[in-house]
Amino acid sequence: MNYIEIDVRGLSCPEPVMITMDAMDANKGKSLRVICDEAHTKANIEAMLKHNKHTFETTRTAEGYEIVFQA
Amino acid sequence: MTKLFDAKWKLFLSGAIFGLLAMLLAIMGNPGNMAICITCFVRDMAGAMKLHSAEAVQYFRPEIVGFILGSFLISIATKEYKATAGSSPLIRFLLGMMMMIGALVFLGCPLRMLIRMSAGDLNAYVGLIGFAGGVLTGTFFLKKGFSLGRNYETSRANGYILPILLVFLLILSVTTTLFAVSESGPGSFHAPVAVALTAAIIIGAIAQKNRTCFAGSIRDLALLKDASLISVLGGLFVVMLVYNIATGNFHLSFTGQPIAHAQHLWNILGLYVVGFSAVLAGGCPFRQLILTGQGSCDSAVTFLGMLIGAAIAHNFGLASAAAKAATETDPAVAGGPSIYGKVAVILCIIVLFIIACTQKRRTAK
Repeated sequence: MNYIEIDVRGLSCPEPVMITMDAMDANKGKSLRVICDEAHTKANIEAMLKHNKHTFETTRTAEGYEIVFQA
Repeated sequence: MTKLFDAKWKLFLSGAIFGLLAMLLAIMGNPGNMAICITCFVRDMAGAMKLHSAEAVQYFRPEIVGFILGSFLISIATKEYKATAGSSPLIRFLLGMMMMIGALVFLGCPLRMLIRMSAGDLNAYVGLIGFAGGVLTGTFFLKKGFSLGRNYETSRANGYILPILLVFLLILSVTTTLFAVSESGPGSFHAPVAVALTAAIIIGAIAQKNRTCFAGSIRDLALLKDASLISVLGGLFVVMLVYNIATGNFHLSFTGQPIAHAQHLWNILGLYVVGFSAVLAGGCPFRQLILTGQGSCDSAVTFLGMLIGAAIAHNFGLASAAAKAATETDPAVAGGPSIYGKVAVILCIIVLFIIACTQKRRTAK
């Protein structure tokens, strides 16, 4: 499956969530993969997705986390 | 661990645990309406290390060491520790300094603001207007693309330095007479070291997991319509409110409040600076300590900025004086900032707008 990749590594709160939300608005219906490197960033993005009733899948990678979902 | 704080009621409960531990620290000796105050405690540490010479506020606070240590230990244990650095460190140093100067004009960080609110201090409610205003101003610039840029992974040892250094300094403070200790004033009131350190380690560990942030709470509510983080503050506030009412410490008034003043404009503007700088730095003073513990060298630099900001605030008379009632020997003191404190707050606001307008996100990808 082709994913649109959103790299929010190293950004301070709440930029990762804001960038993810912007990407969701710009790519409605498409599959997104967010790459992040901090546990709290992952938790914040997951909380936002839950809040907006999106289902997602998170996997731990060597560099951090990947969250995939449909915008 | 990820499911530990995945619901608002769990976050509320974790805030209530903070409240219980704050209550313990208040009972065990911390100053009036100052069971926990990040900026006051960092200021006391600066005084203990003789970075300033205000005799009433000198004590090496174990709580600050504990918050960082709690976050450090739990992040190592849960494999979330990651040493990072390189996101505009000197701008963050400035933000830390300004956070401290604003807080010392108000006389407290956002955490103490909440504790003062729970004791009926109406000045803290006035200050909240400024804090929320500062957070919303910062949020406005975030929406416009403000960013301090990315951090990058660095050697793990970089993140170990501050927690280990603070533990070393705490041991020195307990075992030697190298550090200054207040004989009167807020610095002379403190819980026993073991109690303060243990409570703070627990709070630091929980905060690393529940992402407590005073600025983030208001920011998330405004930006994402998400009340998760503010649930933590709700739990803390309710417990402290019950404690203050039960112990007769609740007095709804502007005057007669411990370590406070009723200069409304400067309470508002002082916390405006704190809220604005906290959003630009990605977290309130408390959150900066937690991020430091989990390996953020940028937050460690912000902490160092706070430490120097405290020294500047007291060495150059920027910090406010607390209001005092008249006694048989001394007249009443209205309290509030000096002219230097007022000028410093205005300068901080100008600098914050310059930083907010000039630092832009490069590309999202």
